Amino acid sequence: MLILNEVSKTFNPGTVNAKLALDNLSLHIHPGDFVSIIGANGAGKSTLFNAICGSFFPDQGKVIMDGKDITWMPEHKRARVIGRLFQDPMRGTAPDMSIEENLALAAGNGGWLSRVSSADRREFQDRLALLEMGLEDRMYQPVGLLSGGQRQALTLLMATYHVPKVLLLDEHTAALDPGTAKKVLALTRSIVEENHITCLMITHNMQSALDLGNRTLMMDQGHVIYDVTGEERKSLTIQDLTAKFRQASGKALDNDRMLLGIEK
Amino acid sequence: MTPDKLLALGQTALELGLVNGLTVLALFLSYSMLNVCDLSTDGCFTLGAAVGALVAIAGYPFLSIPAAMLAGVASGFVTATLQMRMGVQSLLAGIVVNTGLYSLNMALTGNKATLPMNKTVTVFSMAKNLLKDTPFAGQYTLIVMLIVVALVVVLLCAFLRTKLGLAIRATGSNADMVRSSSINPAFTTTVGLCVSNAMTALSGCLMAQQQKNYDVNMGSGMVTVALASLLIGGVIISKHRAIPLRAVGAVIGAFLFRLVYALALRLNMPAFMLKAVSSVIVVLAISGPYLRKQLPLMLKSVGMRRSSASQPEGGR
Repeated sequence: MLILNEVSKTFNPGTVNAKLALDNLSLHIHPGDFVSIIGANGAGKSTLFNAICGSFFPDQGKVIMDGKDITWMPEHKRARVIGRLFQDPMRGTAPDMSIEENLALAAGNGGWLSRVSSADRREFQDRLALLEMGLEDRMYQPVGLLSGGQRQALTLLMATYHVPKVLLLDEHTAALDPGTAKKVLALTRSIVEENHITCLMITHNMQSALDLGNRTLMMDQGHVIYDVTGEERKSLTIQDLTAKFRQASGKALDNDRMLLGIEK
Repeated sequence: MTPDKLLALGQTALELGLVNGLTVLALFLSYSMLNVCDLSTDGCFTLGAAVGALVAIAGYPFLSIPAAMLAGVASGFVTATLQMRMGVQSLLAGIVVNTGLYSLNMALTGNKATLPMNKTVTVFSMAKNLLKDTPFAGQYTLIVMLIVVALVVVLLCAFLRTKLGLAIRATGSNADMVRSSSINPAFTTTVGLCVSNAMTALSGCLMAQQQKNYDVNMGSGMVTVALASLLIGGVIISKHRAIPLRAVGAVIGAFLFRLVYALALRLNMPAFMLKAVSSVIVVLAISGPYLRKQLPLMLKSVGMRRSSASQPEGGR
């Protein structure tokens, strides 16, 4: 499905600020996988996503999607098959435009000079209704007026409007209040399960890392230091994860943003 | 001032406001929608005037309009290519193209700084002949401009509702989101600048024909004048309103700017003050809201300095 083959990326090479963000990283994601990714700040989690999306090109290695080498494909072309949500709910939508206009761009129906048809409009309303946030009655309001949770739910809807081959979730609930985060997470789960989307999710919440999905990756210094799935994963606890981290990286998981499931 | 004179003054302001309004609509697209400050506007305005004048003088008054607009498209394409595909910063790309266009304009007119068009058949002189025996004989400029501006506003608004138009607006609002909709922001920016420069060139073309004269400096300062008009229009119709209303607001802004300017001239303000006035309006309109936000902070810091200065010496 999605294969990363010995991908490396150094930022600011040749300077004192040089940082090896991805170190010869190889990864094989299977169709239908829901992978949760944890790791301290600067471990390379978002950089991994950037490499998959094409926000930058790797120094070496290959990114292969469905057998096709997409290493050098520009970002906007990959976006057809890759959906992505960021932590910042503002990043996925255009604030000055209405909900309908945002959805129209995500849907991308018709030619360049086509306009939103009444059939499109009905479809948008039906899909918005699934979010159960009343957004279907606010189609003509600018997205900038929505709350963070509403914007993130809308972004989720837009990113999955055409079912992507891979959905990348970069701590997409971290900036929301606990109640909203829970709701957006539940929405994510139902959309992903319903459409059988292959999904990678970065999270700082160790409990949701274990609760959601079928596979968990732990990253440190541009490596995957622990990759767990199946029966072994089912019996894992948060304590096991922190112990694994200490064992694999030789240091404690001392990240003040790492939530030890207290939220739940 | 007699009512007659006032009316005549208002009509002239409206005519010039409508001609300038096309440049304001161009900035409405590039500055308000696409979030690009296109500094090639001055040169492009003159380019449209030069091309339009040459084609009209050659005897093709109607062809002058598409010819000028095509020249504008080419100019916008170069500006966009410089900034989107050749790594030139957005503002610099506009300035560079603007400078280059001066030479191009001089070359086009055969190294002449002015082209008199007194005897040239233009769209305005044709309208004048057409309306000769009607009650609207004195309003031929106004009628031509009203038709052109109405057409441009309608077409522009229709364009902004298409998928391409939405993508252009989204590029100015959130380029990341455009990319994730599988659309290349470099493409939308290029199209947007081509369309906006076509309108700027059309504006220049009609200005030269209306004034019956082309001057290589007729576009200088145009970007500030148009920006001032756009910002005045933005005060009348806020950015939260529907796009067609805002487009009309931009044209009204152009008219008001011209009206205030004409009145100031009546009150013996020298003509060369036009550009200073437009600069001041732009500064006020942009930094006004900023300073209003900063004011409480500044007052607080002044207040703190005062209260700490007035503390009794032996207080510690």
